Amino acid sequence: MPETSFEPRVVGFLCNWCSYAGANLAGTSRIQYAPNIRIVRVPCSGRVDPLFVVKAFQAGADGVMVLGCHPGDCHYRDGNYYTRRRFTLMHAFLTFLGIDERRLKIDWVSAAEGRRFAEVVTEFTEQLSQMGPLSTQASVQVSAGGDQIRETVSL
Amino acid sequence: MRAYSYYPGCSLHGTAKEYDQSLKLVAGTLGIELKEIPDWNCCGATAAHSTDEALGLALPARNLALAAAEDRPLLAPCAMCFNRLRVTQHELQDSAKRHMVEALLGESDLTVSGIQEVVVPSLLDVLDNDEMRARVTEAVVRPLAGLKVVCYYGCLLVRPAEILKPDSLENPQAMDRLTENLGAEVLDWPFKTECCGGSLAIARTDIVLTLVHRLLSMARNVGADCIVTACPMCHSNLDTRQTQIAAEFGESFELPIFYVTELMGLAFGLSPKELLLNMHVMDTKRATECIGKEPAAVTG
Amino acid sequence: MARIGVFVCHCGSNIANTVDVEQVADIAGQAPDVVFSTDYMFMCSEPGQNLIQEAIREHNLDRVVVAACSPTMHFRTFSGAIQRAGLNPYMLEMANIREQCSWVHADKAVGTDKSVDIVTMAVGKTRWFEPLFPQEIGVTRRALVIGGGIAGIQAALDIADSGVEVVLVERSPSIGGKMAQLDKTFPTLDCSGCILTPRMTEVVQHSNITLHTWSEVQEVRGFVGNFEVDILHKPRYVDATLCTGCGECLARCPWQKIPSEFDEGMGTRPAIYRPFPQAVPNVPVIDAEQCVAIKSLVEDPEREKPKCGVCLKFCPRDAIDFRQQPTVTTEEFGAIVLANGYSLFDPTAYGEYGYGRYPDVITSIQMERLMNAAGPTDGEVRRPSDGKHPRSIVFLACVGSRDERMGRPYCSKICCMYTAKHAIMLKEHDPDVQSYVFYIDVRAGGKGYEEFVRRAQEEYGTCYLRGRVSKVYPEGNHLVVMGEDTLMGMPVRVEADLVVLATGVQPQPDAGDVARILGISYDSYGFINESHPKLNPVESNTAGIFLAGSTIGPKDIPESVSQASAAAAKVLGLLSQPSLLGEAMTALVDRSRCAGCFACEDICPYQAIERVTLGYGRQAAEVNEGLCKGCGLCVSACLGKVITLRGFSDQALLEELNVLLLEPESA
Repeated sequence: MPETSFEPRVVGFLCNWCSYAGANLAGTSRIQYAPNIRIVRVPCSGRVDPLFVVKAFQAGADGVMVLGCHPGDCHYRDGNYYTRRRFTLMHAFLTFLGIDERRLKIDWVSAAEGRRFAEVVTEFTEQLSQMGPLSTQASVQVSAGGDQIRETVSL
Repeated sequence: MRAYSYYPGCSLHGTAKEYDQSLKLVAGTLGIELKEIPDWNCCGATAAHSTDEALGLALPARNLALAAAEDRPLLAPCAMCFNRLRVTQHELQDSAKRHMVEALLGESDLTVSGIQEVVVPSLLDVLDNDEMRARVTEAVVRPLAGLKVVCYYGCLLVRPAEILKPDSLENPQAMDRLTENLGAEVLDWPFKTECCGGSLAIARTDIVLTLVHRLLSMARNVGADCIVTACPMCHSNLDTRQTQIAAEFGESFELPIFYVTELMGLAFGLSPKELLLNMHVMDTKRATECIGKEPAAVTG
Repeated sequence: MARIGVFVCHCGSNIANTVDVEQVADIAGQAPDVVFSTDYMFMCSEPGQNLIQEAIREHNLDRVVVAACSPTMHFRTFSGAIQRAGLNPYMLEMANIREQCSWVHADKAVGTDKSVDIVTMAVGKTRWFEPLFPQEIGVTRRALVIGGGIAGIQAALDIADSGVEVVLVERSPSIGGKMAQLDKTFPTLDCSGCILTPRMTEVVQHSNITLHTWSEVQEVRGFVGNFEVDILHKPRYVDATLCTGCGECLARCPWQKIPSEFDEGMGTRPAIYRPFPQAVPNVPVIDAEQCVAIKSLVEDPEREKPKCGVCLKFCPRDAIDFRQQPTVTTEEFGAIVLANGYSLFDPTAYGEYGYGRYPDVITSIQMERLMNAAGPTDGEVRRPSDGKHPRSIVFLACVGSRDERMGRPYCSKICCMYTAKHAIMLKEHDPDVQSYVFYIDVRAGGKGYEEFVRRAQEEYGTCYLRGRVSKVYPEGNHLVVMGEDTLMGMPVRVEADLVVLATGVQPQPDAGDVARILGISYDSYGFINESHPKLNPVESNTAGIFLAGSTIGPKDIPESVSQASAAAAKVLGLLSQPSLLGEAMTALVDRSRCAGCFACEDICPYQAIERVTLGYGRQAAEVNEGLCKGCGLCVSACLGKVITLRGFSDQALLEELNVLLLEPESA
């Protein structure tokens, strides 16, 4: 049984034009939602390297969200189509790593969907609360420190 | 052969016996097999759901659970029963309500688990499709030419629209198409889905008289010989209140009210006696006599 | 070593109410490389900006984190501030602790915790910042205006009058838009055509305006100052260079009974037609769906002679060409104004009102056509069923407005006014008319508007009934309107000769497609989003694309015209610059490590990847910074990790994760 006091650590990669603006709209509309999410702003959901997701899990995130514009509405024409394809594969890869694929959520939130943003975040957070913390034993080895993550990519 | 689980409900065993009788005869002609579900109970009608939400859902849920055991769509010809079944399915998508009903069903072996899978068509859904239209056309031996009808759907077949999803909330067409197929002249009228007062017949007879008076006036004004319905509540209100209305409003209508299956039976060559038309309060002869006669107005 | 300054804003009580800003500043002050941190009531105010500038000088800061609102709100404010203090404007990161924290969490402890994370993540990110220098890009001094209604006309004229070349694209056969259909305008009751048609003529005669009617924008490429636009010219089947507009063909066409779009189905037109007599340009168009000649040629292209050719025969200039094909031209523009207008709600959705079922239930725009002297009834109001003059007329307001059930919860803004106008005009036409208006609220905000509605009620005896209508049905020779008077608290029944539905304003049915072509965003109804609803009301969120009129939301004529002039001013401001600053946050390839696989080339939506040949014939990718929009798709697609995105490097983004996740858990 997961402890009821467990607060999952959630990282959200939000595209600047739709989802980040949607999150802002939730704010201007004063819609309350689960506070667990920490937002990383990216220009396009297509900027999100699958590596970021792995690194987030490796460093201790219990769940990762990648939110972009609705298919067809990408500010950069078709960036989110790459996101969709890329993360369909990513889900399979997570299973391979021993990470429950439900811990990675790909969804679309437009600049007009403040309420939807709040709902998606709250729902995902609740789901993670029920699933409990990501068991690091089952997943990849946690790296020793932050520098190591940096070094891996800046070789 | 098309097979349906059959749920007649209380009305069709009582005041609407002629609906039951005509439906069964017509179904036989059209190759529709009706298998009555065993041990069915009252749907609770208006009385249950307006006094006790749990009971109002549990009564239809039990019937749905019985039907879930059979692998057939469930046909409830009574518009009220049909309405309650569909509304119950909708309401029980909510888990809290499902638990409430499960608690009431607790002592029997029945569960609500399969009830969402039960297909519940209205009688008009069953009859208004390409296959059935072809069979009806084939079965008509005595076209109802000369008979001017207005189709009256009432509330229960169309409302709430978001659950029952009728083709149109104001101007539905299924019964119109069906009756036209029988050879009758179907008149357009604006009161197809107005309320007849329904279950207020006893508690607030004054309301029913006012509403039924409006319906009868409009039907007569557009030139109808009779009104066709597919609901025992509507039939009862329209058929039985005309004498009272004559006294109250000083206007006598004597407008026959038919179940759609009765008109089908007549067109299929069945006799008024077989169809139990003698059970009606308003004499149906006024309408049946029109059949086969050249419409007088058109030639003028 | 970086020297970072952190500035935490209270935003009055907006942030400080649910975030302990002092504590946030304290904790952020302990983060690595942070040499100064403080909090202040309004960081965006002049003293707030001064505070930042002084701190930069005093503490020799080289990077700044402002923890306040969203960067979309004030990034430009603060980057300007740090630039004035001598820093590169891109050495700034905004930590969004208002929209994404203080406004969405009620608990102060939670808000403070989260704010600390947001600020420290931002601090981490800035460590990887480098000064950025946007490229200078050229500007094409031409403007495109999409939509030839009053907003588009006004924008085109204002821009053209300032000496800039304008192309106006309108998809229908004539410019004029909805305003051309109207009879009179509220609240002054000027004749709509009389004030509009001179403007239309001005457009076609203006030396700086090129008008393309019966044309549509098909594709837009490029970016601010440098748009490349494909314009589709639909076949008119009439050679505009030959046609003199004599109108002989219109009268001779044997197919005269086609419902007129311009008259909203209240009148008819031939298969070769112009929408209305004052159409601009005065060149007819053939309706290919209805024309027997064109249909016969489509069915059998080998056919020598078309089935009909009456117009051809009578045209004195041989201008008819049944075999005309669509063409596409490509033109370059520096700025675009979108003024594609609105459409009207389809009232058949309200089955209870009987529109489409009963001929004497009409819409307000149909009423405009009935009242118009140039309309199908020559301005005599006759009801469709029997041509009689209606005496009792019932108006239903808010048909497709303020109704959640119809997915239209917003107010259409113009219906109260045009309904009052109709009531007044009908009484002017015929003193025996009695009008009734069923309304929810009368919304008459505007100069002279409330007075106008009062006149309709007091001088013209219009009966206003507050309530919705439940049903309209025919009874004998008239319609019965059943409704509720909520002020009296009782049901009402009105007998009407004519029922008029005040249908609401909604986006054009293809508004979403147009937005996608232009790469701009729209709201859940389909109205285009302004860049900022208050401070940038005529700018879209794509630079160089401006907005005017009802494409943004319901608007009346004066508002549309003011917006059009505002958009024109914005366009002129943009086009008056000799050059623009391009995107600074562009991708950069480390050529020395590029393996030349060109995965980036395929994924780039802007063809910004170019191939360069290095020593020994080795090929590598290079980014054309003029074309790069900074989406970063190539960065995440690069297998060798040799592309970086300035401002959003892998290191900067991963540092945010590091700071957030690897910091020791605070117990």
